[in-house]
Amino acid sequence: MTQTATVDRAAPTPLPRRPWNRHLVAIGVLAVVMAPVPLVLPPSQQAIAVRVLILALMSIGWNIMSGFGGMFSFGHASYFGLGAYTTAWLLVQHHVSPWIGMASGILVASLFAVVSGFLALRYRLKGAYFALATFAFAEMFRLLATNSDLVNRAAGYHVPLQVDESWWLLQFAPASPNYFWIALAFVVLALVISVAFLRSRTGQFTLAVRDDQDAAAALGIAVTRHKLTTMALSAGITSVAGGFYVQYYLFIDPDLAFGSAVSIQAILPAVIGGVGTIWGPLVGAVILGPLSDVTATLLRNPPEFLAFLAGRGGLDVMIYGLLLIVIILVLPQGIYSAIRERWFRL
Amino acid sequence: MVNDPQGVTSSGGLAPEEDASPDSAPSAGQLRRLGGGVTRHRLLLVAVVAVAVLLAYVRADSPVIATQAIVTGLLIGGVYGLVAMGLTLIFGVLDIVNFAHGAFLAVALFVTWWLVSSVGLHPYLTMLVTAPVMFVLGYAVQRGILSGAMGKPLENQLLITLGISLVLENALLLFFGANPRAVRLPGNQAVGVFGAVADLSRILAFVGALVLAGLLFLVLQRTRLGTAIRAVAANDAGAQLVGIDTRRIYALTFAIGTACAGAAGTLVAPLVTVEPSTGALFNIVAFVVVVIGGMGNVVGALVGGLVIGLAEQLGGVFLPGQSPLLSIFIVFVLVLFLRPQGLLGRSS
Repeated sequence: MTQTATVDRAAPTPLPRRPWNRHLVAIGVLAVVMAPVPLVLPPSQQAIAVRVLILALMSIGWNIMSGFGGMFSFGHASYFGLGAYTTAWLLVQHHVSPWIGMASGILVASLFAVVSGFLALRYRLKGAYFALATFAFAEMFRLLATNSDLVNRAAGYHVPLQVDESWWLLQFAPASPNYFWIALAFVVLALVISVAFLRSRTGQFTLAVRDDQDAAAALGIAVTRHKLTTMALSAGITSVAGGFYVQYYLFIDPDLAFGSAVSIQAILPAVIGGVGTIWGPLVGAVILGPLSDVTATLLRNPPEFLAFLAGRGGLDVMIYGLLLIVIILVLPQGIYSAIRERWFRL
Repeated sequence: MVNDPQGVTSSGGLAPEEDASPDSAPSAGQLRRLGGGVTRHRLLLVAVVAVAVLLAYVRADSPVIATQAIVTGLLIGGVYGLVAMGLTLIFGVLDIVNFAHGAFLAVALFVTWWLVSSVGLHPYLTMLVTAPVMFVLGYAVQRGILSGAMGKPLENQLLITLGISLVLENALLLFFGANPRAVRLPGNQAVGVFGAVADLSRILAFVGALVLAGLLFLVLQRTRLGTAIRAVAANDAGAQLVGIDTRRIYALTFAIGTACAGAAGTLVAPLVTVEPSTGALFNIVAFVVVVIGGMGNVVGALVGGLVIGLAEQLGGVFLPGQSPLLSIFIVFVLVLFLRPQGLLGRSS
């Protein structure tokens, strides 16, 4: 069971025929169960919970393009960063509400996804070349942002602090549960969109294109249009994660927005949870999100034999890397898929 | 061999690809074997580079600036070429997009730094340690981790090498910390080269890279091992049928490619700040070079390295105030879109 699968594309995802309602019920249950979480958790762990949700949102976006669409992106930092910078630029330079900022971010990121995607498809980039092109675009954004006065160069943006809490400006007291609820609402919405996309005609055609492009084209499916739709949807979701990131951490700079680490953060949860599944990105985010705090705690008060590592960074990402290698070698379908096959069918 | 680099710089960088061929004589023959379309693209490449160089002289405030950019660009381009040769070899034979290549280079950088600062070796002598160590490490990584993913989809292998690079880079961060370090080359001084100035360390890195590249080329062309590697690259099933142990060749090729990164790490140690993230920079550049040279094309990698070295430095002339990396990515995207098989085509 563990050896049969692939990360994506080659093996059709074994989705049961009519799981949609069960997925929607599960999403509803998730929302209800998770809602009281910030009231229970201490503030420090609430921050971890919000980070998990941001990771999940990024990765749900990545999963739509690379898992369902079969186009492996190594540059989701482009969309995340465009969302973040659009929100921050509108808010800081023009005092526009972050809600409008995030909506604009969706437009900007989707537009860029469609334009760059069209070019990539027009010139028939596939596989490694496609991944490298997405990576190159993200790096170009990073370099341009670092060196242009329009967006404050390497200094980036600080979101001005408000005296009062404000829904319109999406700013609350640091420990406010509202951040968690808003992020949770975004994740729930993104999951519902994933399900709706998969059950829609467009989604089914996209899966067909992923599994066999030539056959799909022969049946009259508009390959380019479906690929571009998938990219735009994926970019839009990831860009919201970027916009919310700015509002939550009150800061953005070119590396945090467009760095290759961001692209990796969008990939890892989905790969570890299960590429091309609805729940994989969330499962992966729940596993990866708290890891850096666990290692930071470990290194702050290291046990005897690790004393020489006190105060050093890097352990968390090193564990991400190890986890990634082990998952690909042992459970290439991801943790969620493995659990689903073994214990229950959702 | 030592004189050739002089010839390279004297030509003013008008045609770097012509520089590569006299240096490694067999390359001319190999390139001739490729089709006529490739010749056309080679001419186009020569023309583009020539125009870029001429424009640089027009654009720059004084010719010295342009000459300096060209000399610096070609010198570092040789090192890019060596890094990329290892990467393109791995791609050509194993069909793996190796994201860990830069991390291996970073490991070699730190080994060099450690040997120089703790043991007191001369920086260039450390190559006697770094190249073999990286060879063994590469062999072990391929046998232990990557062999399990051979024949799986491209994404799986890409993700595994990504995982390896995360592990290596952050292990360095964990054990050495983020403080930048430097390797000092005794007797390093500025030397005049055709009206420009270059550090001796840069010139030596360039010469060393070309010598190693030539050596690698000879190994590939003239030895049994090299023939076997080329056979596996051309057709692995066929190679297996005639009795080549392909699994051993995969591991050896990965090891040789990694050793290239290791040797390059030692060569650039006096030029760069020694920190865990330095490798990532070379990784990016190497990818660009590999795509430009044609994935799997070893000579193309060297030529591409020189082109990218030039592009980086001329970018500083054309786009003042922007990062030199930006011009590299612009060239990269243009090549990806217009000619993804590389400017020099693919050769096994």
